[in-house]
Amino acid sequence: MIRINNFIIPLFSLIIFCLLWEFLVWYNNWPNYKMASPSDLWPAFWKFKHLFLIYGWETFWRTVVGLILSVLVGLSLGILMGFSKTIRIGLYPILVGFNAIPKATVVPVIALIFVGMHNMNTIIIVILISFFPICVSISIGLSTLEREYEDILLSLGANKFEIFYKIALPKTLPEFFGALKVSTTLAFIGTNLMEIIEPHGKGLGHLFDSGKISADYPLMFAVLITLAVMGIFLYYIVVYLENIFAGWAIRK
Amino acid sequence: MHINIEKVSHQYETKQGMLPVLKDLSLSIKRKGFTAIVGPSGCGKSTITRLVSGLIKPTQGSIFISNKKITSPLSTVGMAFQNPVLLEWRNVIKNIILPLEIVSKNMTYNQKISNALDLLKLVGLEEFENNLPSELSGGMKQRVSLCRSLVHSPEVLILDEPFAALDAFTKEDLWDVMHKLKKERDFTCILITHDLREAVYLADQVIVLSGRPASLQYDVKTNFNEEKKISDLYSSEVSQLLATLRNQIEIAQNKND
Repeated sequence: MIRINNFIIPLFSLIIFCLLWEFLVWYNNWPNYKMASPSDLWPAFWKFKHLFLIYGWETFWRTVVGLILSVLVGLSLGILMGFSKTIRIGLYPILVGFNAIPKATVVPVIALIFVGMHNMNTIIIVILISFFPICVSISIGLSTLEREYEDILLSLGANKFEIFYKIALPKTLPEFFGALKVSTTLAFIGTNLMEIIEPHGKGLGHLFDSGKISADYPLMFAVLITLAVMGIFLYYIVVYLENIFAGWAIRK
Repeated sequence: MHINIEKVSHQYETKQGMLPVLKDLSLSIKRKGFTAIVGPSGCGKSTITRLVSGLIKPTQGSIFISNKKITSPLSTVGMAFQNPVLLEWRNVIKNIILPLEIVSKNMTYNQKISNALDLLKLVGLEEFENNLPSELSGGMKQRVSLCRSLVHSPEVLILDEPFAALDAFTKEDLWDVMHKLKKERDFTCILITHDLREAVYLADQVIVLSGRPASLQYDVKTNFNEEKKISDLYSSEVSQLLATLRNQIEIAQNKND
């Protein structure tokens, strides 16, 4: 029953959302160049279904690869910062400053450095935009480990590594998954920033740009909805992994 | 395993400079003894547990376990704290075997589990071996924590106020669990506590520390009865002992002011 509810309730809320949207457009009598309604989307989607498949896949795999790499970068930096106070106070200003820079301004720089390497450019932007929450949550999780947790193992003569993988790492997993959910949604922003700003002719961002140039508003909305659906899909994969690895922290 | 603390002084580095917590503390605990250490708040009782377990080194003086000087953590020590610090992602039985994963790496998994189950039966929690800590009450968590501190058959057990956060009746239950464990297992025990009744009921020696920097102020044997019962705590003999200890604590607190 709980499983069915977990599926039915979100689906129901999505349907209500679309109905409200449709109603809003109909009530205000907006033309579709002002605001497309859900019923305009399907024809747009169908018309360009091949492009959606090709570009959608490009956007999706680059986002996932970027996300996996940002987990690796975020984890490594977070672990270093969690264990060494010197590294922590040394890196924080740089990381915070870096994160405060609008990524849209970094896109042309990256595109210039790695001219023509579309996939790599995109993945780099994804990493830059998504590693920060993971890094911060891991470093806070590790640096705030209560002393008694360490003491029970230290008093038995355990080494740092044993404390890390028996206690510190599993204890930080719930915070890690919380951060990963934030990073997952950020990752799509990263992919599309690159795809929209730099004319690579790849990915859903490019399709969005084409829609803009040809004033095909339903197509633009259809791209946005596709991105939203992909984001939701990836989010639930993270939730699934969280249930496996950090299910103990979820209150039933 | 007798424990000798010889002329130990210890100080911590703080923002306000060096803070001396122990000064020329000497005391000895006999083999298989049960010693309770009481004293005013913040007088350095927990420092003693960290010193005896080898987690920190004294600024001056030395500590000997069976005439061997302690310089680093020993796998023959078990510890339990006021906070049961159970690993929430492991069930009860897997929490208990944790020390064995560090000190008895060659032991088979089944042997570890069976050692843990023996202890779990002693504390009366055998039905809960597969539960997660979040499903247990405070008293049950503390029982599991005691099992974990004893699973590797340590020669010295260090208890840092393990019953302080429990309600009065749960506390008394756990005192009896402690009596049972002490009877079944062979270890020397140091108990840090604020509860004089607990000290008198559990220990055969009670030590009162002076205010910070702490040194030995009062040392008394409490062998008023071979088999201690809760009702003994209301006898006139024990009341008198408790009054004496209370008086000693007050003297210690005055020194602190």
